[in-house]
Amino acid sequence: MGVPGPASGPPAATGPIDRRRLVTEGLGIVVTALGFGFAYGLAARDAGFTVIDAMAMSVIAFAGAAELAAVGYVLSGMAWPAILVLTALLNARHLLYSATIRPWLADLPVRRRAVMAHFLTDEAFALSMAHFRRIGRGDERGYWIAAGVMLFIPWNLATLAGVVLGGQIPDPSKLGIDIIFPAAMIGLAAGMMTGRRELTAAVVGAAIGVAVSLMAGPPIGIVAGGLIGPLVALAIPARVAHETAPLGTVASAEHYATPGEFSAAAEAEAEADVRAAADTTEGDLPPEGPST
Amino acid sequence: MSGNLVLLAILMFAVTYPSRALGLVSPGMDRLPKIAVEYLQLVGPAVLAALAAVTVMVVVGDDGQPTFRVGIEWIAVFVCLAIVGRWRNLLLGLVAAVAIVAIGRAGGLA
Repeated sequence: MGVPGPASGPPAATGPIDRRRLVTEGLGIVVTALGFGFAYGLAARDAGFTVIDAMAMSVIAFAGAAELAAVGYVLSGMAWPAILVLTALLNARHLLYSATIRPWLADLPVRRRAVMAHFLTDEAFALSMAHFRRIGRGDERGYWIAAGVMLFIPWNLATLAGVVLGGQIPDPSKLGIDIIFPAAMIGLAAGMMTGRRELTAAVVGAAIGVAVSLMAGPPIGIVAGGLIGPLVALAIPARVAHETAPLGTVASAEHYATPGEFSAAAEAEAEADVRAAADTTEGDLPPEGPST
Repeated sequence: MSGNLVLLAILMFAVTYPSRALGLVSPGMDRLPKIAVEYLQLVGPAVLAALAAVTVMVVVGDDGQPTFRVGIEWIAVFVCLAIVGRWRNLLLGLVAAVAIVAIGRAGGLA
């Protein structure tokens, strides 16, 4: 099932042993997905979503942060076209992920890759790329373990649990359940702040969002903050941006996924593994990301 | 709210799937204009931060008029931000935020 990457160095065999670490690392993601999915289910229920609504979001859209954001959009009364524009922009980073991961899966039929695309998330990208780099080649089964077993299934089970069991909680506001949504949003934003530009985009986006919301209402404020914040941040020259983990790299997904499972040491170890294998065979290292 | 949000879910799929699939199924998508890539990189934190700030700081009253709000929720969100920033653990941050708000409200702070 192993799929050689481009100019892939070592034709390392991929067996159960190679995937053991993927599973071990993925357990942290599973726990996060369960907690976050449950939180989404609670937030969705709190916003008036039916079980079918909430599950449709998780199964059909399967977009994590964008799903939670959609809860906020719907609550604020935002028009659907605006919701879709913001959702598309929020998920646009996946373009970078898919372009990065493609070389590792290039030998698979297009149809299979098209199906795999639906399951590509920040966490799936992080897990898969770390796995591919560790074994030195693409691994379709490894991708499905990361994207399907470690994420899609627990996320949806947790969503169902949250939206169903949320009804058993007598007064969610007393328990502070309503804070889950904004806290999750700022937590996810923090995971994306890997340089001065990201920080500026977030701060300016928040400030503009609040200011415009007070004048024109939350739906317009959120859109204004989300679109203008990045424009202001682009004014910061790239040379002083101090970008530590450009989007589309494993490091960025690690930041975003916020699992706390991918230690720098593990990452360095994975790098060393690949380098050592490549040295042995005198092959080229697979690419790490798009030339952004 | 009704089941018509299923349609919204389908539309959300329609706008999120292309960004996931284009790179995987078609070559050359990694060669977007640099400025476009840089802008896309910044939209995520801006939108999410705007959502969080507006949710915590702006309240729409019964008259439809948005007003500025100060409350225990600010502290909860800030603590979550600090935890994620320090330990990169969203789950822990959420638990802390919920605990702060629950304790604060039980103590009559909000």
